[in-house]
Amino acid sequence: MKVPLWRVAFARSGDKGDTANVGLIAFTESLYPVLAELVTADKVKQHFKGICRGSVDRYELPNLCALNFLLHESLGGGGTVSLMLDAQGKTFSAALLRMEVDVAEELVREADEVSGWSERLE
Amino acid sequence: MRVASGQGFWGDWQEAPKLQVRRGPIDYLMLDYLAEITMSILEKQRERDPAAGYARDFVDMVLDLAPDLVSRGIRVVSNAGGVNPDACRDALVQRLADVDTGRPLRIATVRGDDLMSRLDEVLAAGHELRNMETGEPLSTVRERVTAANAYMGAGPILEALRQEADVVVTGRSTDTALTYAPLIHEFGWEADDWNRIAAGVVAGHINECGAQACGGNTLFRWREVDLVEPGYPIIEASADGSFVVTKHPSLGGRVNWASVTEQLVYEMGDPTEYITPDCVADFSTIRLEDLGGDRVRVTGVEGRPRPELLKVSIAYRGGYKATGMLTYSYPDAYEKAVAADRVLRGRLDRLGLEFDEIRTEYVGAGACHGPLAGSPDPSVPEVELRISVRGEERDRVKRFTRELAPLILAGPPTVTGFAAGRPRVHEVMAYWPALIEREVVESVVRVEVTEA
Repeated sequence: MKVPLWRVAFARSGDKGDTANVGLIAFTESLYPVLAELVTADKVKQHFKGICRGSVDRYELPNLCALNFLLHESLGGGGTVSLMLDAQGKTFSAALLRMEVDVAEELVREADEVSGWSERLE
Repeated sequence: MRVASGQGFWGDWQEAPKLQVRRGPIDYLMLDYLAEITMSILEKQRERDPAAGYARDFVDMVLDLAPDLVSRGIRVVSNAGGVNPDACRDALVQRLADVDTGRPLRIATVRGDDLMSRLDEVLAAGHELRNMETGEPLSTVRERVTAANAYMGAGPILEALRQEADVVVTGRSTDTALTYAPLIHEFGWEADDWNRIAAGVVAGHINECGAQACGGNTLFRWREVDLVEPGYPIIEASADGSFVVTKHPSLGGRVNWASVTEQLVYEMGDPTEYITPDCVADFSTIRLEDLGGDRVRVTGVEGRPRPELLKVSIAYRGGYKATGMLTYSYPDAYEKAVAADRVLRGRLDRLGLEFDEIRTEYVGAGACHGPLAGSPDPSVPEVELRISVRGEERDRVKRFTRELAPLILAGPPTVTGFAAGRPRVHEVMAYWPALIEREVVESVVRVEVTEA
């Protein structure tokens, strides 16, 4: 089923100069390989079109069920040079979680249990 | 062995260190005050006043906690010294004279990270301090440099602890060392015990952002975390390098697999190459086990030998900037804000004011996520126009700040939010990361202990 990424993962973002980093964490272990296949560096680069002017690197952390993305040239020069409201990329985590992914329904249901989404739907 | 985190940055919650000391047993309290740009702010303060240039909050904190530190046998390790650890020490010594602590406190200062005072000498000796991102030598911006500090590792902190310091005040130490130096000291780890030191680095990374490891800024079930009085992280370390992340049970916040994982990936580069002055840690080897009850065990961390070069953080003057904000209300809030931006830019044009960059953002209509937020909702109750400029000349930026207020009477309708007056002009401090041979720094590192 097609769901926004936030149904199956959570994230945290930060900055290193003009590069934003987004760590994407799967809600369950069985979701990690699915996300590793779906959320590629290219897909993320495309998702952040108009925001990320440089390249996107991806690092895999299966031990933490996490993917780490580096979005280069994304923070208006970074640090105090930047004129951006979000000069430190603090909200890039939530921006990535807007991405739509196609994930087996059973895996989404499992994630809903972990994230608390199923309780909120009740 | 419990190393508690009490501050994640300068300006963090002032109650946290007190709660860490008073709400349960800890052995060490680490307080991180320095971000990349903090050093240049402190350097500016020192230029104006030779007795300034350190985190003043820290002195108040130590004064308040001094009797507890003595009675509970807790040692403090902090980089609060900024660009002037000696002045920080002097302030502590002077003000501790009026505090009854039962016995004198031993205060250690660590110096040697400051390259600013000998920058020309260092450059003349052939160290080009090339920008790690652009490859340019520092000589291209030398005249504009305001601060240059090398990241020191555990070495000087270990020396201070060996000399039985109660409070260690450093300048630009690497943030994680404030946590792993106490571990090396207590457990007697060898300097080439890369796996254990790497485990200490991971512990330091978890500690260095305060409540962020304990349910602060969490996206995982965020509604369920009580953050009124959050616990800050505590590392319960073992001699074999494994440790448990926890918090005091009587405080709020939350420590679980999610809170720790979120902090582990924060500001992460290549996770297999987390470089510190004392080892290279590999975050892909970390094993987490959520034990429940706000306890997460961390094991398996592997590391590699320390790098030959130390990182240097340099700040240089990069022009001026200012940001102005005006709020437009329903109906058509976004459209009005866009019209105001058009008017303002038209006026800047007619004044012949050019800038390196002009940036307009619409708060409430996609300022954070830009095109990802979709087109603005026409019924949005209000939109804040946020317009910023940056340029080399202060006068031009100053002139821009006078063009905001006129929009109230001579601009689109239903505008408010200008009570704070004209925007302030800020000097931009640009960041220049570089590398330097260890010897240049380590040969001048000095540790000094004073009783107060």
